[in-house]
Amino acid sequence: MSDAKMITLSDIPAKGGSPLTLAMGVFLAALATAPWWLPAVGLYQYLGIEVAIWLIFALGFNLLFGYIGLHSFGHGAYLGVGAYAFGLFQQEVAVSLWGGLVAAIAASLVAGALVASFISHRRGIYYALMTIAFGQIFWFCAIKLHSITGGEDGLLGIPRPDLNLGPISVSLADNTSLYWFVAVVLGLVALGLWRLANAPLGRVCQAIRQNEMRASFVGYNVWWIKWIAFTASAGIAGLAGGLFAMAQESAYPDVMALHQSGLIVMMVLVGGGLVSFWGPILGVILYFVARDVIGGITETWLLWFGLMFVIMVMVRPEGLAGVIHVIRTRIGMAPAARATHTKEA
Amino acid sequence: MALFEAKNLRKRFGARVVLENISLSVEEGSVHGIMGPNGAGKTTCFHVLTGHHAPDGGTITFDGQDITGKKPYQIARMGISRSFQIMNLFDDTVVIENVILALPEFRDSGLNPVKDVFGNKALVDKALSVLDQVGLSHRAWEKAEALPYGERRALEIAVALAPEPRIVFLDEPTSGLGTEATQALAKLIQELRSRYTIVLIEHDMRFLFQLADRISVIHWGQVVTENTPAKLQENKWVARSALGEVA
Repeated sequence: MSDAKMITLSDIPAKGGSPLTLAMGVFLAALATAPWWLPAVGLYQYLGIEVAIWLIFALGFNLLFGYIGLHSFGHGAYLGVGAYAFGLFQQEVAVSLWGGLVAAIAASLVAGALVASFISHRRGIYYALMTIAFGQIFWFCAIKLHSITGGEDGLLGIPRPDLNLGPISVSLADNTSLYWFVAVVLGLVALGLWRLANAPLGRVCQAIRQNEMRASFVGYNVWWIKWIAFTASAGIAGLAGGLFAMAQESAYPDVMALHQSGLIVMMVLVGGGLVSFWGPILGVILYFVARDVIGGITETWLLWFGLMFVIMVMVRPEGLAGVIHVIRTRIGMAPAARATHTKEA
Repeated sequence: MALFEAKNLRKRFGARVVLENISLSVEEGSVHGIMGPNGAGKTTCFHVLTGHHAPDGGTITFDGQDITGKKPYQIARMGISRSFQIMNLFDDTVVIENVILALPEFRDSGLNPVKDVFGNKALVDKALSVLDQVGLSHRAWEKAEALPYGERRALEIAVALAPEPRIVFLDEPTSGLGTEATQALAKLIQELRSRYTIVLIEHDMRFLFQLADRISVIHWGQVVTENTPAKLQENKWVARSALGEVA
């Protein structure tokens, strides 16, 4: 397969229009049934929460990484900002789910907007380096601002607030309830981002990835669109961070460390975020399966996962989604091209 | 009054002076050619006129408005469009999307996060009509990078025409084309001249002399002369430098 031509996001096109595709159906069905099949296959409920939170993070990250082609290697910072904001809101303001999540999103949006203002005139290696530098600044602040963040220990004992929907109040203290809540948030994020990817803003993001100069000369304010993509992606990371703090009942600097930022890049690349909307989902699932299944067999699971990453980059850099696309093309089951679909319509 | 005017443009990169007191005046509905030897500053001149480089001095006006120092996207939105000497397309996507992205209707909804793109029949039909102008509508649903060289050149022009510009800058559109493709392009530009004001950089003198109403000759970053093609062929300097040899 290594001699096959590299494919891109435009080679596995979304069909446009309705998000009710087979892939979306399978994804939502898997989410809706996880509390039953997770124990049946020997896994545990908390894993479902963890995977769902990382899926939110990965889908938002891929808006930046795959769609607009901006390589951020410091995105763990915004996951961490969201986690701290959620925890601080619970501990210093009020125990409130919605308040905490709004605080998490708002804080990471502000952090993302600030960083995006400094880096949006760049791309390539300078952009990547600046995202690392800013990521490290946030991580350093999390460790040093002891009176606010709790230093290296972080914020401990963050409560899991109840879900209040008008007169209805649901406790999220147990993992199954929290999973349902996170799964609904993930479903909404996936539907929203899928729609965004196929709407004008998503198409313009892809155009900027392909040719920033041409995009500018047909009338797009490239700086502004890059700024929006980074800020939105940071906001979604913040939402994931808020949920992470709730799931872990704590927030700590490790969440913002460089290796967490590297992890999300690896998940998205292995899954095929550069070629498919669904790539990050495959990558996150593969990572957690490797961690829990291979990790159950050997302590060196990360070595094997890393080796798989190297082989994937060498053989099929488009990741799992690319492999699936090539197999489906060979057996004549590749999805109809977006264009053909539109012509027929 | 000229539709597009540049006065005393200056541009230098470090110690190197690239443009020195360039002045151009383009009348509405005309085809204005720019010629000159390699390294004369023609493409830099285009870059300055279309906002890619800010000039160090001088002014640029379009339809009476000062556009000096404006950014490319601002200039594009005013009705000034351009193609590039080195191909500049959205290669990963289909031909029609290259054009759709440049349509003003799409661009104005460009930040809409939910509106459907390919389900919009009016948008698709309009893009097809632009592709039809350059003879590419039959290739609409193919990937841009898969087109043969000549058709990629035609797509460059289609992307420049899609924003419904008032003036189009074409930077060496025949670059890399064979005789047949060059003739087809000349025919296309003849058809377009009734609808657009065109500024054309060209090395192929036969091509340029048959199309342009007026030609500016740039050398050493300066306009050394400007005239009609017929008068230029009588110009001793042009004849001596072989730039005017069209036979």
